[in-house]
Amino acid sequence: MKISGNKLFVTALKKEGVDTIFGYPGGMVVNLLDELYNAPGINMVLPRHEQGLIHAADGYARATGKVGVCLVTSGPGATNLVTGIANANYDSIPLVCFTGQVPEYLIGNDAFQEVDIVGITRNVAKFVIMVRDREMLAQRIKEAFYIARSGKPGPVLVDLPADVMAELGSTSYPTEVTIRGYKPNTSIHIGQLKKALTLLKRAKKPMFLIGGGVNIARAQAELTELVEKLEIPVVTSVMGRGAIATDHPLYFGNIGMHGCFTANRIANECDLMVSIGCRFNDRVTGRIATFAPNAKIVHIDIESAAISRNIIVDIPIVSDAKLAITKMLELTKPMKHEKWVADIVKWQEKYPLSVDCNSGVNPQKIMETLNEIYADKDTIFTSDVGQHQMWANQYLRLDARHRLIQSGGLGTMGFGLPSAVGAKIGCQEKEVVSINGDGGFQMNMQELATGVVERLPLVNVILNNTFLGMVRQMQTQFHKGRFALTNLNCYKSETGEVINEGFEEMEYVPDFVKVAESYNSKGYRVTKDEDLKSTIEEARAYALEHKRPVIVECMVSPDQLVMPWIPGGKSFDDILL
Amino acid sequence: MREVSNIKKKRWVSLYVENRIGVMARIASMMAGKSYNIDSITVGKTEDPTVSRMTIGLSSDDPTFEQIKKQLNRCVEVIKLNDITDAPTHMKEILFFKIHDCSEFEKGEIFRIATVFGAKAIDYGIDSVLLECVATEGKNNDLIKLLMEKFKKVEVVRGGIVAIESISMTDR
Repeated sequence: MKISGNKLFVTALKKEGVDTIFGYPGGMVVNLLDELYNAPGINMVLPRHEQGLIHAADGYARATGKVGVCLVTSGPGATNLVTGIANANYDSIPLVCFTGQVPEYLIGNDAFQEVDIVGITRNVAKFVIMVRDREMLAQRIKEAFYIARSGKPGPVLVDLPADVMAELGSTSYPTEVTIRGYKPNTSIHIGQLKKALTLLKRAKKPMFLIGGGVNIARAQAELTELVEKLEIPVVTSVMGRGAIATDHPLYFGNIGMHGCFTANRIANECDLMVSIGCRFNDRVTGRIATFAPNAKIVHIDIESAAISRNIIVDIPIVSDAKLAITKMLELTKPMKHEKWVADIVKWQEKYPLSVDCNSGVNPQKIMETLNEIYADKDTIFTSDVGQHQMWANQYLRLDARHRLIQSGGLGTMGFGLPSAVGAKIGCQEKEVVSINGDGGFQMNMQELATGVVERLPLVNVILNNTFLGMVRQMQTQFHKGRFALTNLNCYKSETGEVINEGFEEMEYVPDFVKVAESYNSKGYRVTKDEDLKSTIEEARAYALEHKRPVIVECMVSPDQLVMPWIPGGKSFDDILL
Repeated sequence: MREVSNIKKKRWVSLYVENRIGVMARIASMMAGKSYNIDSITVGKTEDPTVSRMTIGLSSDDPTFEQIKKQLNRCVEVIKLNDITDAPTHMKEILFFKIHDCSEFEKGEIFRIATVFGAKAIDYGIDSVLLECVATEGKNNDLIKLLMEKFKKVEVVRGGIVAIESISMTDR
């Protein structure tokens, strides 16, 4: 028997265990969609924009650990995915993105809705390919899922010309895959690890620097056990946040630009840095020459290309984080570093994190209120990008029951809401809260509709300061308060002049309460710290009762800065407190 | 800290890649996207029609070159990478050098130069000569430099370097 490529596609998804597709229709996938119509066991989700779509698939993948699947049409459908592909690539998130393509005989003709999406995404994906031969379709899909989820995970794009998909061919789907140019590392070099452990034995002031790799490997429990056994202080990157409970006595916060004083000082003073699953991004290191000046560095990463790229390390170890941590547990004896830890605790007491707030709602209080309300509930927080993200990093309490999903590497505004949609679809049993700025929320707020039709009780917190706060903060510090393009309520007069008055008097746009209402839901506005708890609780109750996303808009002063701050390219000594 | 040299040096890589549409573009655009400068790149099908072999020449310091090799290895399309910078190889480039407006006397000189450099005259006109030289990149550079000093109206086409590992010879 012979079947069309479109039919085989459905078989392939089932064989790969796909239960959810984030899809948007178009001319070049309409036949494919017809095969998926009523396909049992596959939940089809229709987001309202392809960027929201891929962030939703991304949030789904991060929340579940499964591969997120996107299906969009050719041309604009495909190009709207690009930001989301890059976002998943830099945070190592497994996605398979299927894009419709014009029939092969039209390729190169500037046909309607034709773009070279393989060429466009080549440098921002783990792997991209166009299926040019019907008989290769099954193998290419198999390879796509394998590449996306193995090794260092990442997004894979498979471009599907309509004629190839219509062609009749074999029904079989391979059970195994071997790719001669792709052999992800599944072992660890014990000799290298033993060298690292020798350094560890000698070290007086060791530290762990934990990156997103530990969260991706889901090795949080093992890490905690190792940290306790060796009594070594831990700091994390943004992507590593939550790899160990944030209230653990040996955890001292995020390192880097908006990390805390203590975490950065630990890096500055340590004599051994053991980094697991962190690629020493510039936001982590600041000025390379002065980063961890006294330390020997052990770098464990699944990707050999991540090692000795930014920082030259003493002991490189290529390994999956979970495997490395498990082996370290096997090969080490308990250690004590009482004096070193006691010193660190003193720094922490001297320089605690806190927001100095004179007007508007206190961002720290917002996060602490969320901690309080969701303390006993399994919760996924998602964050957009900007000041609110840094406050979420600084003040949200994360542990085995409370996870934070955020755009780390690419810093993609508009990620918060759609990723919450995807996370909730993947984890119905958990509560999902998105934390956003007023700028980022507007980038994908159409996804409220997806939340409504999918019946998702999401609480969307917006920290509204009517500015693009993170950039405004730079303008405050380095550009004498000249707020070019950061005032979201910067009206022009009838003669075209800019009216730049204080934000309190400005007419205010959009009205997020009305935005929520226009999506048949409810919005709440908080202007005083005292109202935070009752309002968020009320909003949560409404969301759960009516099974739809709600908005809680908290009015924050634009003068509020994220502190501490090591400005880009600077050293620990330049930290602004 | 590990000893690394930050001196720029000429490097050679021999790559086995999948023989598919877009693989050449994949390699070239990865290199461009990461600001690695390619001096020369050649590609062609091998004895196995599903595999192409590329020879890439570039100049870089040690840390950058290490990173380039890792990034190339990361590409799913790359089957195998050989660093042949210091390996015994046979390495040749084809050069076409066309000289216009040359006198009878100058033609004699061109033929003498060709003999010394091991180039061949493969085409001929009333006042023009076409030379072909299959030699190392360095030798072709020397030939071009010499001819450019003397002749003004010229055309140069270089094929890029191809390399293969030696069997028993240890000299390049």
